Amino acid sequence: MTAILAQAEGFFRDRGTGDGSCVERNGFCPSWIADNLDRYVGRPLLEHVELVVVSVTAGFAIAFALALLARRRRWLAAPIGQVTAVLYTIPSIAAFFLLLPFTGRGFLTAVIALTAYTLVILFRNIMTGLDNVPAEARDAGLGMGLTPRQLLWRVELPLAVPEIMAGLRIATTTTVGLATLAFFAGAGGLGETIYADLRFKSNVVMAGGVAVLLAVLADALLLGIQRLSTPWTRAVAR
Amino acid sequence: MTASATAHPEGPSAFPQAAALSFREATKVYDPAAEPAVDRLSLEVPAGEICVLVGPSGSGKTTAMRLVNRMIELTSGDILLDGVSVREREPAELRRHIGYAIQQIGLFPHRTVAENIATVPRLLGWPEDRIRARVEELLAIIDLDPEEMRHRYPAQLSGGQRQRVGVARAIAADPPLLLMDEPFGAIDPITRERLQNEFLRLQREIRKTVVFVTHDIDEAIKMGDRIAVLRAGGVLAQYAPPEQLLLAPADDFVADFVGADRGLKRLALERVRDVRLWHAPAVRAGAPAAAARDELERAEVGYALLVDDAGRPRGWLAPADLGGDAVPAGPGSPVLLIDRADTVRDALSRLLQEEVAYGVVVDDDGVLDGVLSIELIEDFLRAEGRRAAEAPVR
Repeated sequence: MTAILAQAEGFFRDRGTGDGSCVERNGFCPSWIADNLDRYVGRPLLEHVELVVVSVTAGFAIAFALALLARRRRWLAAPIGQVTAVLYTIPSIAAFFLLLPFTGRGFLTAVIALTAYTLVILFRNIMTGLDNVPAEARDAGLGMGLTPRQLLWRVELPLAVPEIMAGLRIATTTTVGLATLAFFAGAGGLGETIYADLRFKSNVVMAGGVAVLLAVLADALLLGIQRLSTPWTRAVAR
Repeated sequence: MTASATAHPEGPSAFPQAAALSFREATKVYDPAAEPAVDRLSLEVPAGEICVLVGPSGSGKTTAMRLVNRMIELTSGDILLDGVSVREREPAELRRHIGYAIQQIGLFPHRTVAENIATVPRLLGWPEDRIRARVEELLAIIDLDPEEMRHRYPAQLSGGQRQRVGVARAIAADPPLLLMDEPFGAIDPITRERLQNEFLRLQREIRKTVVFVTHDIDEAIKMGDRIAVLRAGGVLAQYAPPEQLLLAPADDFVADFVGADRGLKRLALERVRDVRLWHAPAVRAGAPAAAARDELERAEVGYALLVDDAGRPRGWLAPADLGGDAVPAGPGSPVLLIDRADTVRDALSRLLQEEVAYGVVVDDDGVLDGVLSIELIEDFLRAEGRRAAEAPVR
C-alpha cells in the first residue's frame, strides 16, 4: 500500500512552476491549474473513460446474458441475484489484491473488479424491466403469432428500456467514482492524479472535479439516449 | 364506421374466404385429479358465422377459445380449421392466420396506432406500401381519422378507441377466423353497445368466422349466430341459434342461465315485420264515408286510419267521425308510428310508454303497413312457444 502510494507520488512530485506562495501553501491556485490543465484532462481522463466504458459495457453484456438465462430458467433468478449482490459487497481495493495472483497489476484487473460491481444493478434492472412488461401485451403478441424470440426483441426489451437505461445510468455514475481507485490496481485513471499529491488542494479539487463532471456528462448522455429511444413514455392522454 | 369504406374486394386487401371451424371432442385437462377445463367439446361453426361461447366462470369458455390458436394445447380430441387439424400447424404460423382480440386489448404501448395495426401484416412479410394502404383502410373502417390517429400511442387513446384499434389489429391481415375474448368487456355500457353495433355492421361486410367469448348472456344473444352455453367443467349444455336457446332451453341450467326474462329477450330478437299485423281500414279525405263504415264493420281494429295520398298515416278516425257523406280531412287523433324494422321489444316498450292500444306500423317510406297491439305481441309469443315445442332441439 505504502509502496503503491510512494510510486504514485513520484508521478507528480514536480509541481512545476507557479506563483510560488499559493502552490507552497498547498492552496487552490487557479493560475497554476490553468497552466497544468493537461495533468487532468489528458492521459488520466482518457484512461478513466476507458475504464468506465469497458467495465460498463462488459457488465451490461454479462448482466444481459444472465437476465435472459434467468428468464428461461426462472429458478436461477434468485441465486444469480444473490451472487451479484455478494460481488458488490467486496471492497474494491481488496478485490484488486485478490485478483493480483491471477491477472497481475494493470488494466485487466481493474476492469474485472469494476465489471463485477455493475452486475447487481444491471441484472436487477433488466429483470425488473422485463417483468414489468404488461402481461396482456405479451399475450396479444404471442396470440398474433410472434415467436418467443420476436416477442423478446420487439416487445419485451423495448418496453424494458426505461428500467434498463435507469440501471445503466446508476452503474455508469457508480463506476466513474469507483474507477478513481483503479490506480491501486495499476490501471491509472483520475485516481492516480488525486493520490499523487493528496496534500495539494488544487490537485485534489481538479482531479476530483473532472471525475464528477465526467459522471454528470455520462449520465446526461445516457438520459438523452433513453429519451430518444422511448418517445412513447412521454405520450400523455389527450 | 362507414359501410362504404369497408369491403373492397379489389382493394389492397381482398377478404379471403372465412373458414369453417370444428371442435371434435376437444378436451383440456390441467389436473388429472380435478374435472377437465374443457370436456369433450364438439361443435361446428359454419364459415362466416359468429359462434358465442358463453357460460359462468369456470365453464372453460376462454380455455376453449384459446385451444383454437394453440395458446393452450389440447389434451385430447381435435380442432379442425378449414378441415385441417390445428395440431398439424406451427403455433406461430397458425396464429398469424387467426385474428386475436382480448378484453385487455394488449396494444403494444411502445408502438403507434399504425404500427400496432401493422403487426401481423409485418410478420407475414407484406410489402410496406401494401401495409400502409391496409392501415389507412382499417383506420377508416374503425372510424378513426388516419391523419390524426396514425402516429398516436395507445396511451393517447380513449378506452373505446383502444378497443377499436384492437379489433382493427385483429383483422389486419384478413384472417379467415377471428377469436374474441370479451372484446367489449372492459368499457362503459354505452360505448360497449356502440362497439357491438359497429362490429356487427363490420361483420356483415367481412363475414369472418368468429369465436366470441362472453359471460354476458345479453351480449351473447345480440352478437351470436349460434350460442354455445357451457357449464362448469367445460361441458357443452346447449348449442343453438339465439332464438332457439330462448324458446327451448335444453335443461334447467340453460333456462336459468338465459334468465327468467327470456320471453322479453326473445322480443328483442324479433322484428315487427315478422309479426302478422292487424288490418285497419285506410281512408282518404273526401272519399265516400259509407264505404269506410262498411269496411270498419269487418276490420280487426275499431278505428279507421286517415292516410294521405302517398298512403302515409295521418290520424285515427273514430266511427263517429265517419258519420257524414265524405271522410273528413282530419285531423283525427294522433298515431304512434312504429318502423317495420324495429324490434318487437322496442315496439312493446313504446306502446306501454305512450299508453296507447295500437301502434301504426309503417315501412321505410312511411307508408302504412298494419297495426300492432299488445294483444298481438302476446299471441306472437304464444305461437312461437308452440313452434319451439315441436322444433327439434339442437
